[in-house]
Formats: sequence, structure tokens, C-alpha cells
Amino acid sequence: MKGFEDLSLRWKIPLRVMGAVVGTALAVTIALLVRDYDDMKANLESHAKSLGRVLANTLVTPMLHDDLWRAFEILQSARQAVPAAPELEAQVMVVLDAERRVFVSSRPREYPIGSGLGEGGGILGSLAGMLDPEGPVEQRVFEPRDGAFYFVVSPLVADGVLLGQVALGYSKKAFLPRYLDIALRAGAITLLALAVLLPVSWFWARRTARPLLQLAQAMETVPSQPAAVGLDLPRGGDEIGRLGVSFERMVGELKKRQDLEQQMLASERLAAVGRLSAGIAHEINNPLGGMLTAIKTYQRHGDGDPLAVQTLSLLERGLSQIRNTVAALLVETRTQDRRFEAADVDDLLILVEGEAHARGVRIEVAGRLEESLPLPATLLRQILLNLLLNAVAAAAEGGRVRLGLAAADGMLRASVCNDGEHIPEAQMAYLFEPFATGREKGHGLGLWVVYQIVRELGGGLSVDSEPGCTTFRVEIPYADR
Amino acid sequence: MGFPSHPTFSASRRRFLAAAPALGLLPVRSARAAAGLRIGLTPVFLDDQISFNARWRRWFEDKLERPVTFVQRGNYREVVDLLVAGKIDCAWLCGYPYVRHRRHLRLAAVPLWQGKPLYQSYLIVPAAEAAVRGFAELRGRVFAYSDPDSNSGFLYPQYALRNGGENPARYFSRTFFTWSHRNVVEAVSVGLADGGAVDGYVWEMLARIRPTLTAGTRVVERSPLLGFPPFVARGDLPEAEFRAVRAALLGMASDPRGVELLGRLGLDGFSPGTPDLFDGIARMIERMGRA
Repeated sequence: MKGFEDLSLRWKIPLRVMGAVVGTALAVTIALLVRDYDDMKANLESHAKSLGRVLANTLVTPMLHDDLWRAFEILQSARQAVPAAPELEAQVMVVLDAERRVFVSSRPREYPIGSGLGEGGGILGSLAGMLDPEGPVEQRVFEPRDGAFYFVVSPLVADGVLLGQVALGYSKKAFLPRYLDIALRAGAITLLALAVLLPVSWFWARRTARPLLQLAQAMETVPSQPAAVGLDLPRGGDEIGRLGVSFERMVGELKKRQDLEQQMLASERLAAVGRLSAGIAHEINNPLGGMLTAIKTYQRHGDGDPLAVQTLSLLERGLSQIRNTVAALLVETRTQDRRFEAADVDDLLILVEGEAHARGVRIEVAGRLEESLPLPATLLRQILLNLLLNAVAAAAEGGRVRLGLAAADGMLRASVCNDGEHIPEAQMAYLFEPFATGREKGHGLGLWVVYQIVRELGGGLSVDSEPGCTTFRVEIPYADR
Repeated sequence: MGFPSHPTFSASRRRFLAAAPALGLLPVRSARAAAGLRIGLTPVFLDDQISFNARWRRWFEDKLERPVTFVQRGNYREVVDLLVAGKIDCAWLCGYPYVRHRRHLRLAAVPLWQGKPLYQSYLIVPAAEAAVRGFAELRGRVFAYSDPDSNSGFLYPQYALRNGGENPARYFSRTFFTWSHRNVVEAVSVGLADGGAVDGYVWEMLARIRPTLTAGTRVVERSPLLGFPPFVARGDLPEAEFRAVRAALLGMASDPRGVELLGRLGLDGFSPGTPDLFDGIARMIERMGRA
């Protein structure tokens, strides 16, 4: 079962905001309704009290003159309903004389003239027990607990003498319909406000949630695709924006580290391969040397049997090919060599020209050496020649190859760039291993040899391959030589 | 600076006095203003129909060719007092005060109701009180009179009780005056009173124009026929004026506008009448006076 906690922020934040909006709206509405209720009740009471006062004053003369009909007419006119506020209408009005008997009432059938308060029962029965036998001196409000009515009792006083009392009975429920009306109106206004507020707050909540969602999505993609490029991350100066920036930086660091690990892994493997191939070459070279010497001895001193000569010649060519191959595997730096000079570069161009011309590839040179460098010329020539030949072979038909050279701060930087097809990602990892070739021609030792020599010289070799531009870069320090 | 010049003041006052009777607003003053005729009205008929009163007054003015003012008061006594004191010229009174003040008054005309100058007093009770058949069942109850100077609304029921050997002052637990017949009907109808005495003519008229009001009441007793409330004039009204008023009233039934007004009053016309029409009332006064 999926709880609310597991719900996506995409929904959770908007739902919480909705909840807050609806809750606020309800709270405000309820507060207003409670206030309206109190207002209405206070209004009703003050209206009843003022009506009671007016009646008490107006009824003094009819009471003194014993003019029952006049008193009745006054009650009748006071009873006239206000159509806009039916709750303000007194349900029953009773004028009591000094003996607390009914002098006149607005409902003569229920409260006939001369009847005592308790006799009628009904709503006045509840009032009977509450009235002070001495009569009230001031206006009072009675609210019998069990009755559906409350009463405003006003004294009828002339010249300090209590003539009687006027009791106005109001239904406790009479104002409910009107209150319901107000409540309905308040509800409608609340709904209207919500109809405006909810879409707006929904929109804002979605906007608030979006950066978090972006971040979450980015986190999910990162393990399989550890690159900050193409990630839809939140920007901005707030916490989430900063989180996005930090996340991007972290992914960058992660990527760098992964690259480094891969490089280390590759170079370790290459070193292992190098050691292995060196050992094998050594083991092969020893018997190979003996076998070739034996063949040479036989050719020089043998009896000249034509079959043997032919066979040995075949063996010699085969063994020579093995030796060449092994020699290529086993790169050795010769410490005694001349310095690398600018003229070497010119030689290299001449050497490559034939091949380039055949494929219609143009070779450009950028930068040149001002002086000779304390680096072994033969090895450098081998490196550059290999790279140039590779580049010419890889370049598009009629394309171009660019050789860049720069020597500064004790570091020779050379780059060879071609515009041919780029090297597929899968092949990159094994590029510098022996026999790893993308072409049908060649044994695939060229780059292996270059790598070995560069390593021997304490430099670095790197490759960038993008469609239309594959660049090999060599960096070799010479300052400490 | 002196006082405002006297002539200006007099002139404006005269203008006011001349205009006021035409509006029918002028209250009765000691000064006999202009040449207007003052007619007092009492609730012997439905005197609370203002628009009808205005039309009737205009009819009087047209007939008498002089301004006419209607004077209405809260009870009969005030109108009678005004008449006896000469502050009004005529009045439509109840037979009871007419008989009492006969010496100072002249009978101008008596309305004809259902063809006769006679009417009855009704004893009414709430319609729901089916058990009440007359005064007997109303002992100790609440009773509504219309006016202490009314024949049908006070004198007759008092007389009837006295005739039955009762003391009218103690017969009911509570009595009150409503100061008009119409209000007696209302008081009984809403149950404020358990019974009431009302002018039969007024009750019948109400039954015609306000049936909802009379529907709440039931007539349980009718008095013998008595003299209909008459139109009377003060005794010292100049003969010519008296004759003019009498002629106007007697000619009402033969005048188209008069007939229409009579229709609203529910009357057939006016007769000259004779004082002996009211002998029945006089006998009742005598009987009550002896007690």
C-alpha cells in the first residue's frame, strides 16, 4: 500500500498547498460566521430591548387610563413584521399588570385578558417562574433553558410606580433561516474565492515542486549516465538552485574521477601488456637469433643442396618476419642519439608526402621549432611519422591533416589532426594496445609503438575523437634532459 | 425699528383662513371662520374611509354652495360637546346622545336603511365559540363596548342586562371600549373579547366590504328595531342653513352623485324623521337612569 509519504512531490506539494488554502478559507469563513451569529444575536437583543423600552413608554398612558383597546392597538402596530428581517418580529407580546395578570396580549386566545402567567402554560409558563415577584426594576433578558423562546421584560413605570411589565417573547429559532441564508452566501463567496485561489496556488505549488523534481530526475539518471551535460537542473540563487549547481559540480567531479580511473586502468593494462610482450619478445629473440645464425652458417658453409637452400630461405624469411614483429613489440630507447631539429620535421613531411599525394590529402603544419630540442631525434621521428601516416590513412579522401608543433616551458607539444571518420567510443579503450586496429591493412602496432616510446620518454599521449576531427596529442618534457 | 405693520399680518391670516376650510383641515376654533358649514362625524358609520369622506364633503359643498368641513373625533362625547357648545353646526350622531341632548338639538334627517329609519344592536361572539347563545353564556367573561355614548354599542346591552335582572357593571369580568364599532368586531374576531355589542348596520356593512373581519364573529342576539343614528343640527343654527342641510340630505337619493355615495354607505336615502322614532332609546335611558 502506498501512503501519502510515498507520493511524488509533484502531487504532494500542490496537495499540501491546496490543503492550506482550503483550511484557511474554511477557518476564515467559520470565524466570519461565528461573528455574524454573535452580531445577529446582539442585534436581535438590542432591537428587542429598544422595542421593549418604546412599548413600555407608550403603554403607560393606556395602562393608567385602563384603555385596553389602545394598548392592544399599540401591540398590533409593534408586531408589524419587517419583511427583510422576519426574525425581528416578536412571537408573543404580553402586557402584565401590577398583579402580574395579563392586561393585554398580542395573542388573546392563548393569553386571555386577566389570566395569570402560569395558567396559560406554554411559552409564558416558563417565564412565570423566572419573574421576580417584586417586578423588575430594569430591563432584563430571560432565556429559559428548556423553552424555545427567550424574553425581554421591560418594566412599565410611571412616576416611580410600577404599573406592570411588558414581556416580548422571541423564538430562538426564528433567525435560523436568515442565518442559514447568510451562511449560504458566505459559503458561496468562499467557493468563489477558492475557485480563483486554487488554480493559482496549484500553479505556484507545481512551480515550487519542479526544481525538486528536476533534481530527483537528474539523480536517477546520473549512475547510468555520469555527465552533467544535458541534465535539466534547477538554477537560481535559492537553496534548491544552489543545490542544483552543487549537484552539477559533483557530477563533474564524479565524471573526472571516473575518467581518471579508466585512464589508470588503461595505462596499467598497457604496462602489463608491455611487460608481457617484452618478456615474450626476449624469450623469442634468444632462440630466434640462434636459428637465424644457424641458417646463415648453413647458407655460407653448406653443401648447396638446392632443396635445402630453398627450404632454409623460406625459413629465414619467416623467422625474419617474426624478428621484425617482435622487434616492433619490443621498443627500446637508444640513449645515444642526436637532438631533434626543425629539419627533422621537413624530412617527415617528405616521407609522408608520397602516401598523402596518393590519397589526395593535404598536410598543413602549424608552428615550428626555433631551435633543436634535447630529445632523441630517431624516436621522435618514429612517433610523428606513425601519427602522420595514421592520420593520412584515416583522413577523408581529398581531406586534410594538420600537424601542430610547439615547444615551450620545457615541454614539446605536438598534435596531429585529421578530418576522417571519428573513432568509435568502444574502440577508444583499446586504441593503444597492440594489434588493435580499425583498419584491414596493417598489424595495428603503430600506436602501440608510439605509446611505448612516449612512455619511455616520460610523456603523455591522448586522443580526442569527434566526428570530423580526430586529434592525437603528444606531450614530452625535455627540460631535465 | 418698530413692529411689523398690522395690515400685512391680517391679510396673510385671512388668506390662510380662506384656504384652510377648502382643504378640510381646519381644526375647530372658537372663532366662527368664514361662512363654512361644520359637520361632525362619529363612528356610527365606517368613518375611516378617507377618500369616501372627501367625496361626500365635496358633494355637500356643491349642494350647499358653501365650504363644508368634516370634523372627526376619537369618541362620541367630544363631537356632542362641540355640537352642544355650537362649535360645529351639524353632526351624524347616535340616537343615544341625541335623545340626551334633545333640548339643544334639531333633528335634520334620519338615514333609511333597508327602507326604514331603523337599525338594531348586535351581540357578537367569536365565530369559534359555538356554545354561546346570548348574554347568559358571557357571564364573567371579557366584553367589548364600542363607546359609552353609543346606543347600540353600550346603552342597549346595558339595558338588556338590567332588564334580565343583572347588574351590568359586575356581569362581566372585564369590559373595555374600542371607541368604534369596527374595532368591536375586530376585538371579538381576534379573541381579545369574548363578546361585544356592535351597531348592526356597521356589522352588515363590514360583512359586505371586509368579510374576513366579520367571518371571525357570529351574531347571537339582535335588539329590537331602534331609531337609526340621525343627522342633527345645533338648535341655534339659522333656519335657512338648517333647511339647506335638510334639503340636501333628503334630496340625496334623487341625485346621481348622491345615489352613488349612498351606495357606498349602504343606505337607501334620508327621511325627515320625527323625534318619536327615538322613544325606544329614551325609554331605555329612563330605565337605566332609574336604577
